[in-house]
Amino acid sequence: MNLTVNGKAASIAEENPVSVVQLLELLQVAQREYVTVELNGDILDRGDFEGATVKDGDTVEFLYFMGGGSL
Amino acid sequence: MKLTEDQITRYSRHILLKEVGGKGQQKLLKGRVLIIGAGGLGAPIALYLAAAGVGTIGIADADEVDISNLQRQVIHFTPDVGKPKVLSAKEKMLAINPELNVITYQTWVTADNIAEMIKDYDFVIDGTDNFAAKFLINDACVLGGKPYSHGGILQFDGQTMTITPGESACYRCIFPEPPPKDAIPSCSQAGVIGVLPGVLGTLQATEAIKYLLGKGDLLSSRLLTYSALRMRFREIPVKKNPKCPICGENPTITELKDELDAMTVCDLGH
Repeated sequence: MNLTVNGKAASIAEENPVSVVQLLELLQVAQREYVTVELNGDILDRGDFEGATVKDGDTVEFLYFMGGGSL
Repeated sequence: MKLTEDQITRYSRHILLKEVGGKGQQKLLKGRVLIIGAGGLGAPIALYLAAAGVGTIGIADADEVDISNLQRQVIHFTPDVGKPKVLSAKEKMLAINPELNVITYQTWVTADNIAEMIKDYDFVIDGTDNFAAKFLINDACVLGGKPYSHGGILQFDGQTMTITPGESACYRCIFPEPPPKDAIPSCSQAGVIGVLPGVLGTLQATEAIKYLLGKGDLLSSRLLTYSALRMRFREIPVKKNPKCPICGENPTITELKDELDAMTVCDLGH
């Protein structure tokens, strides 16, 4: 299926919808335990990662913690 | 308050802008901005806000200048090593613009002192380097109804967003909880390219100036990310999260507390 991931076209081998947990695995997303996922404009609860499904044409953003600034 | 001849000359390039003018410059001179963190982000923020004539600038940081800071914290100079960062910063700000009121807070922000610290300011800027402070600043500003600019940097990447409490998404709308301690490396562990905070801090200072002027569109409900390596900015629209623990429909955070799990040893001043 074809997706838009972090603003870029991406395709994954799966044709059927996958859970967000599966998508994180398939795309080998960094910081999987902490990354925030926005699916079609909505921020997902971490608890919904198992239940939320990603289908062809969806837009996904991975938002990462960035903590530096001072030291 | 009327601008003096000296002020008209000093701020002439602002006054020429129709979005600023004499009236806008007076708004800046009456403006009050608090910068939390006098490091990488705080350095360009403090220098530009001082140059712009923001009349009252608070700056908070408990740390002292270390030689490893000088690669990016451009407000501190080699002879300042060992000096409290807030004093080093104040000297440069007043050297640029002696008519400012610079208020220094040589302390870390905590759940006990932050509400009082931010209360009299129009706008707050997060230039801190740790999640305990970032979440505390968000919570204090959301509960206190204080607009603020979030900024974070790491290695070659940065992010910033402006939070207008009650209207825009807040930091916890995106990140409900801090990451566990030491899960995300800090700049002191993972490094940071020296020019990066210059880019992000200047964006944050721009937001403060626009807020004081009441002009343009703030970076609210939009997370701006910057990759220096790829030289790419991206804007990610972020909606206010109804499940946000502090600004959602059923908030679970109703008072300030320190995120002790997110603190590192250096945050505690050891």
